[in-house]
Amino acid sequence: MKVTDIVNPANLVYKKNSVLNDLPMHYCPGCSHGVVHKLLGDIIEELDIQEQTIGVAPVGCAVFAYKYLDIDWQQAAHGRAPALATAIKRLLPDRYVFTYQGDGDLAAIGSAETLHACNRGENIVIIYINNGIYGMTGGQMAPTTLLGMKSTTSPKGRMYERDGNPLDMPKLLAGLDGVCYVTRQAVHTVGAVKKCRRAIKKAFEYSALNRGTSIVEVVSTCNSGWKLTPDGANKWMVENMFSQYPLGDIKDTIQTEKK
Amino acid sequence: MKKDSEEIMLMKGNEAIAHAAIRCGCDGYFGYPITPQSEVMETLMELEPWNTTGMVVLQAESEVASINMVYGAAGCGKKAMTSSSSPGVSLMQEGISYMAGAELPGVIVNVMRGGPGLGTIQPSQADYFQAVKGGGHGDYKMPTLAPASVQEMADLTVLAFDLAFKYRTPTMLLADGIIGQMMEKVVLPPYQSRLTEDEIRVKCPWATLGKPHGKKPNYITSLELLSEDMENLNKRLQARYRILEKEEVRFEEIACEDADYVFVAFGISARVCQKAVEIARSEGIKAGLLRPITLYPFPVEKIKELSNRVKGFISVELSAGQMVEDVRLAVNGKVPVEFYGRMGGVVPSPNEAFNALKDKLIQ
Repeated sequence: MKVTDIVNPANLVYKKNSVLNDLPMHYCPGCSHGVVHKLLGDIIEELDIQEQTIGVAPVGCAVFAYKYLDIDWQQAAHGRAPALATAIKRLLPDRYVFTYQGDGDLAAIGSAETLHACNRGENIVIIYINNGIYGMTGGQMAPTTLLGMKSTTSPKGRMYERDGNPLDMPKLLAGLDGVCYVTRQAVHTVGAVKKCRRAIKKAFEYSALNRGTSIVEVVSTCNSGWKLTPDGANKWMVENMFSQYPLGDIKDTIQTEKK
Repeated sequence: MKKDSEEIMLMKGNEAIAHAAIRCGCDGYFGYPITPQSEVMETLMELEPWNTTGMVVLQAESEVASINMVYGAAGCGKKAMTSSSSPGVSLMQEGISYMAGAELPGVIVNVMRGGPGLGTIQPSQADYFQAVKGGGHGDYKMPTLAPASVQEMADLTVLAFDLAFKYRTPTMLLADGIIGQMMEKVVLPPYQSRLTEDEIRVKCPWATLGKPHGKKPNYITSLELLSEDMENLNKRLQARYRILEKEEVRFEEIACEDADYVFVAFGISARVCQKAVEIARSEGIKAGLLRPITLYPFPVEKIKELSNRVKGFISVELSAGQMVEDVRLAVNGKVPVEFYGRMGGVVPSPNEAFNALKDKLIQ
């Protein structure tokens, strides 16, 4: 039997999408970013919107997101992605515009830009990677860090009295009329990846309906920042992160109307 | 500048900026209210250009958001601008530095007020250093235009966009509270249509409009992790600044031909000094005025040339003395360079400026 007998289209069970570039990613093994990038590539390919999509990359681990997906990108200053996306979408209303932001970017330094873009109901997609820590700068406390969770700037754990409670931005943003879809997903199991894929697809589809902002939070691991193995980080996330950030849809205005 | 109709109108400087922006084919304005420049956005909202030219006008949640909206729009090759006053422009410095690093064109209007801090809403020129020396982080320069009349508020808005796109750089219109608030007659610039997307793709092949099939995508970024790559970006910027310094210097000379003493002043200070020149001449003192229109690039060669034949310069500014440093660098010790300024929103009278000339340079 020759290799070509096995590797032929009839036997194809899985194919990497064509939007994802053939580049080694700089992400740590076990990090959720790579899976979410792949899902974005899948959906951009499936919806056939590669030529109409403009991404806005954050400051943080995903700062180089623009290297991995074969679409036009702008790289924003820390936290300002929703402001860039606002202008891009307002000036190019028939394009698909999304931001890709971490929890430090979206929930801390960019909280104002995020809140106001959502309140104006900008017709953009916000992909929100929440791993409860500043990964790129070496594991400092984020607004999303769990109580008691250790980081390099909360070495004895986050304290309510000093640091306040973890900030749940999607829950807060779901209260705004400008926001049509808020969901919280993860990518730690095959089932979770499939659900997350459906959520991102829905967010892109909704953004074309001009009904407001769609937000997909992906509760993610940062095994190097959490000082855990990739597998250990997945387990830790399930045991600790999900009680603070429960998975599922938080708001789906369009689905609710259909019922 | 060629005008398609010579209709003379009476309006504030801030209003003239709004009219000029619409007429020169601006695609987007993003701003946040602050005195003494709020009329820029107010005028745009009254004129509703989205119904005529299709220009987008949006009130942002902060100056930080405003400048980043300009970044996003500029990244798409669109003509975008913001306007603010001193404290707001301080907030924009991060975004301006990012635009410089990402080589993005855009226009920032600063209708200066007195500082530091919240300061005063009265006019000032104390943001000269911030504008011409690079107020944000990193090695960058920004073309900086200084209007001295309502007419120039309109004309230089058009020029600012031209320079911004020619050199792919953020460009500043550095006015002051008086030029913004005072009413004068103005002939507005002719209408130019906004660029179509096809035209943008030709003029700005770097713009992120969506990646055409089979082409490489465009990235707008100021990030280069490798030192050598970042140095190369810096070299490219510096080379562009050298061209700017050679090609784009603009100034106005008033009575400098036979002058013994030259006032150097921009914006409202130049208007004050123009009168001071008249007073001096009526008293038999041969005074002249050099008015830089571009503060960066600064008219270094012109000042050098003048320094070969005049007895001294006096820089008059609404600050503690900022531009005077650039005058001294250009004169390089050949003749005395003095300074007279008022701060905190106080504007000197022509007599004050004339007396300063006499006291500091002549007696």
